[in-house]
Amino acid sequence: MELDDTLRMFVAESRELLQDMEDALLFVEQQTDKEESLNAIFRAAHTIKGSAGLFALNDIVAFTHEVESLLDKLRGGTLALDSAIIALLLQCRDHMSHLIDHVERGGDALTPELANAGGALAEQVKRVRGAVQEQAKKNAVAHIAESRVERMEGEQAGSENWHISLRFGPNSLRDGMDPLSFLRYLGTLGTIVSIATLDDALPAAKDMDPETCYLGFEISFKSEATKQTIENVFEFVRAESVIRILPPHSRLADFVSHIQGLPEQEMRLGEMLVRCGSLTAHELEEALRIQKEMAANAITLSVGDIVVESGMTSRGVLDAAVEKQAQIRDKKSRETQSVRVDADKLDQLINLVGELVIAGAGTALHAQAVGNGTLLESVSTLTRLVEEVRDSALRLRMVQIGATFNRFQRVVRDVSVELGKEIELVITGAETELDKTVVEKIGDPLMHLVRNSMDHGIETAEARIANGKTAGGTLRLNAYHDSGSIVIEVADDGAGLNKERILKKAIEKGLVQEGQHLEDQDIYNLIFEAGFSTAESVTNLSGRGVGMDVVRRNITALRGTVELESHPSEGTTFRIRMPLTLAIIDGFLVGVDKASYVVPLDMVLECVELNDSHRTALADRHYINLRGEVLPFIRLRELFGVGGHPPRRENVVVVQYGNLKAGLVVDRLMGEFQTVIKPLGKMFSHIRGIGGSTILGTGEVALIIDVQGLVHHVASSENAVFETAAA
Amino acid sequence: MLRIEESPGHRRAFIEGDMTIYTASALKEELVRVLDDPRELELNLAQVSEIDSTGVQLLMLVKREREGTKRSLSLTQHSVAVLDVFELMGLAPYFGDPVVMTRKKGA
Repeated sequence: MELDDTLRMFVAESRELLQDMEDALLFVEQQTDKEESLNAIFRAAHTIKGSAGLFALNDIVAFTHEVESLLDKLRGGTLALDSAIIALLLQCRDHMSHLIDHVERGGDALTPELANAGGALAEQVKRVRGAVQEQAKKNAVAHIAESRVERMEGEQAGSENWHISLRFGPNSLRDGMDPLSFLRYLGTLGTIVSIATLDDALPAAKDMDPETCYLGFEISFKSEATKQTIENVFEFVRAESVIRILPPHSRLADFVSHIQGLPEQEMRLGEMLVRCGSLTAHELEEALRIQKEMAANAITLSVGDIVVESGMTSRGVLDAAVEKQAQIRDKKSRETQSVRVDADKLDQLINLVGELVIAGAGTALHAQAVGNGTLLESVSTLTRLVEEVRDSALRLRMVQIGATFNRFQRVVRDVSVELGKEIELVITGAETELDKTVVEKIGDPLMHLVRNSMDHGIETAEARIANGKTAGGTLRLNAYHDSGSIVIEVADDGAGLNKERILKKAIEKGLVQEGQHLEDQDIYNLIFEAGFSTAESVTNLSGRGVGMDVVRRNITALRGTVELESHPSEGTTFRIRMPLTLAIIDGFLVGVDKASYVVPLDMVLECVELNDSHRTALADRHYINLRGEVLPFIRLRELFGVGGHPPRRENVVVVQYGNLKAGLVVDRLMGEFQTVIKPLGKMFSHIRGIGGSTILGTGEVALIIDVQGLVHHVASSENAVFETAAA
Repeated sequence: MLRIEESPGHRRAFIEGDMTIYTASALKEELVRVLDDPRELELNLAQVSEIDSTGVQLLMLVKREREGTKRSLSLTQHSVAVLDVFELMGLAPYFGDPVVMTRKKGA
């Protein structure tokens, strides 16, 4: 059970890391300074390898090791990153992802397919790496020659091996960090020439806690790996443990400071070093002599100073390292600041907040009736707090759309390779927030639109050049907030929709009659009809005619709309408009006769009075002059068949949806109201103009106006009036 | 997990099952009980199915305590799991017992 949990955590964590890795891989090409991204990719691969090693998932370790070695070369600058290598690394990432999936399924041995795929990829990685082997050797020789010169001043140990001193932290075992795993892992990087296990920290039997780690190791290690790579082996225990790594041919003085930095007695440690073969007996003597001299000089230096003093590293490097550690620590603490919460619990919280809002409104109403000043004051404080609680509860479910957008980097990359087109993805508005439930459901429709734009929208490079465009096409993903909705745009700079072809196809399919007159926009909208596809060839990606109507259906199911804008040879833009939240909104309460209605406040532009002079002029028209603009309106009294007589002064609430404006004529304006949306039963789902219901403080029910539906209705009936008038 | 066979002047303890962090506390209790025995102590490791660092530490503890009081300790019939770990940690010289290498590996 316990193991299952940790393994599941490993799977989840690895998935996140793989996602990071993919993002960084896709990003790195566009960057001038690639170091940061390369480091991120390397870290991801390395951490996965490390954790997999702890679980003894040897297939993952072996494969990731190959990838890591390649990344190390890239990072070291011995190999230049090009798109071929990125493509290869992406494939490797996918394979790692498959391996992780395999682990999650509880699979033990690899399936032959996985093993073959992994083997083939590893071969490829090795070949790419091999291409630089020669170059690397030359560089290495030069490098060693250089460092020799640098180190001539001090006497050197003769050994060609690294010397590693490890003192594991007391809690290592309890934290699941068994030194054995690290030794095994170290063994994959090179050869452990000799190793001495120290029992010095082991207390007397009665004081010994069997779950505390007392072990220390002195290791002589032969490897081509860099110091960083070796250090990274111990990344997970670095915080608690003492880890000292001396490169081959270190100066004796370095050994001295090395010995001083460890807890054991100097003589004993010296013996250990000799036993490991890192020092000869003569060298040890020499080292101890140097040490005595240093002690005589009695210079107290901080650890960092010692390191710099002994020429192990330069001051600049040290500062950078300290800063890096601080960053890593910061990152760790940030990670622990976020908590994973079950979505159901959040939904329950939001439901409760909804009830709280309703109850609060009731209390406010009663307080008003009582008219007690102190009571009113405390109720108003309460109301404000409830509002804040509501906002933060809703914000819990808000996530940025960036993560969803970034997924498409990969899609665009892969599809453009598949199609042989050069397509660049530009993302804007990634920080726009929307409800998590909406984010989850928007992925599929977006995928359709993106693929469709790449397949049909953007032309081939030749066609583009012939039309005087740049060879590479651009696909844009954009998101922004607009009057209570979130708008997501998928735009391409392709050829635009072909009107003639759409019309021809529509006639063929019997969607429109021949000779029927259609506006451009109406023709474009035909592509959302079921069973419509204009692609001359059915490709792998789209063109099966099930794309666009599914997109529209999915979006409508989320109370959203999709519209498109197309200009010949300039491109096509699809615009998805979705409600921001699905639970609680700020509403504007209006009254007609005895009934109350709620208009979503975000959609209200302004309120104007409809006076007598207007009314006489308006007997049979349904629009007014709003500061020189034609504003069609609708009387809620007529629309919903409410009885009674309109009062002397009526009001017009001006609402906007998208680029359409309309007026709603009501009797009374009753001010802002926090509205908890309650869905209407199935029975009422066909009613137009009503989006839901809510409960007022008095316990009465108010209907929520579906502004989107009404505005479209008003606008189209106005058009119809004009058209009949024109005809 | 500790099965003990007694004979005059000799005590043989069989460690059976896992020597991991899950069993370490219990195993330590049992090992401490045989620590002060003046007779020869033999720990038979043939039935150790799995051993991690906690197990290694316990063995080292027993060895050191026995040496400190000039009493003898021998480890015998190391299982494959034990050998593997001893080799990785370079522990054969520490305990100084003859071991039977079941597989070859270049050191």
